[in-house]
Amino acid sequence: MTEIIDPKIKSKSQWSLVGKDPYALQLDEIDLSHPGIWQANEYLPFLKRLRDEDPVHYCRESAVGPYWSVMKYKDIMHVDTSPQLFSSEPTIGIVDTLEEFTFPAFISMDPPKHDEQRRVVQGVVAPANLKNLESVIRQRAGGILDSLPIGEEFDWVNSVSIELTTQMLATLFDFPFEDRHKLTHWSDVATAIPGNGVIESQEQRWEAMEECLAYFTGLWNERINKEPGNDLISMLAHGKATKNMPPMEYLGNIILLIVGGNDTTRNSISGGVLALSQNPDQYQKLREDASLIPNMVSEIIRWQTPLAYMRRTAIQDTDLGGKAIKVGDKVIMWYASGNLDEEVIDRPGEFLIDRANARHHLSFGFGLHRCMGNRLAEMQLRIVWEEIMKRFHQVEVVGEPERIYSSFVKGYSKLPVVLHPLS
Amino acid sequence: MASILFIEHNGSEHRVDVPPSGSVMQAAVRSGVPGIDADCGGSCSCATCHVYVDEAWLAKVGLLSPTEEAMLSLSTDRKDNSRLACQIEVTEELDGLVVTTPEFQF
Repeated sequence: MTEIIDPKIKSKSQWSLVGKDPYALQLDEIDLSHPGIWQANEYLPFLKRLRDEDPVHYCRESAVGPYWSVMKYKDIMHVDTSPQLFSSEPTIGIVDTLEEFTFPAFISMDPPKHDEQRRVVQGVVAPANLKNLESVIRQRAGGILDSLPIGEEFDWVNSVSIELTTQMLATLFDFPFEDRHKLTHWSDVATAIPGNGVIESQEQRWEAMEECLAYFTGLWNERINKEPGNDLISMLAHGKATKNMPPMEYLGNIILLIVGGNDTTRNSISGGVLALSQNPDQYQKLREDASLIPNMVSEIIRWQTPLAYMRRTAIQDTDLGGKAIKVGDKVIMWYASGNLDEEVIDRPGEFLIDRANARHHLSFGFGLHRCMGNRLAEMQLRIVWEEIMKRFHQVEVVGEPERIYSSFVKGYSKLPVVLHPLS
Repeated sequence: MASILFIEHNGSEHRVDVPPSGSVMQAAVRSGVPGIDADCGGSCSCATCHVYVDEAWLAKVGLLSPTEEAMLSLSTDRKDNSRLACQIEVTEELDGLVVTTPEFQF
């Protein structure tokens, strides 16, 4: 996922829509699942056309088989809040994974098991606990920002976004700090598409995951023999609903927490820099009034939509926007589209740091699977921006960002910037 | 009109007088009462309008739906008198209702 493939090469895939005019295609030729248009940053007009012309869209043929695309805010809300119709099992990814490569985790479980397992770990990211973390996050964010070069080009993704989220994860797991970069690596491997630089095959992914499991098993064994602590591993090891979970389920939940706490916030930290750079009037507004930061954080999370979709699988025949969904159909809720729905969000294409109702976005999902770490993510973003504004007049983007080859993780592998200090 | 008293975690009080229509969440948001985020806009799907209903009013606000129960069960600050304000309809019978907002919405 950190590796970038030339979009021109990828466009040779028979499924890629890179370089094609979305309005020249037949509706049923539109396939949002292929990563090409996402990496090439050409996806927006495809989303708009489907939202306008076919908001519950069936793609018959794709590299990942047939699937429904749900494009409008209200329809997405309906799917997300109807677990009796749309299941999170067996997976929330668009690809039907082979059973031997599937890690069970509560994100891809339905009630009651989902609720039982989630309840065990959510305390660590509950606001009451976060309050205790605020000073650590601020100190670490400040340390990272103080180490950056002034006036010369560097990669914001690597130096700030990855570093900050990785340090945060290590804190939440009470993970050996000097080994923290393993967390980033496992996160990247877990979501990478084989053959795109991070891993070459599913087997290679499996090897890394076994290494991850072995490491975390060591930590589990260490924590189980101690008094219950406030880190995620101790919570899992001592939690009633999780202490007897099989190794694969432990791994699944660890990967969920690593990916959930890593990619998403990382890309929103980078996305905010890009959004402000493209909207200098908003950057000026921010300089004049730093109290806008909490509201801006919600707007960044909407604007970036760090996960483009979540998948559900129909477990009952049902109607959605006039279309007949059948049991077993794959249903993709495109949060990246719902967050741009004119019917619900005023001037959705604009980045407005003082937007009214900025919290009213789909990026965290809604219903039982709503992002568990949403308050932690907001806090990290708020603190990083508070600390940036204390130090720099501008984080200037000085080149084209490189985007990730994925239709799921919406983000950046490189963002060249130059820092301008406060005068 | 129905008068509702919102008490913040720190004890600050906000009294709002609203016509008997809409939800307690809407009454709070429209009157600018702090401590209620209501991210989902009132569809019982985010649990960020969590309130504690004063014991004297518990019977009058009615019962939780299974969905509301499910959403609240994921909150770490859940108590016996927890409700989602978007699921309590403002009626004349609730004139005088007292609710407390939690320190954090999750």
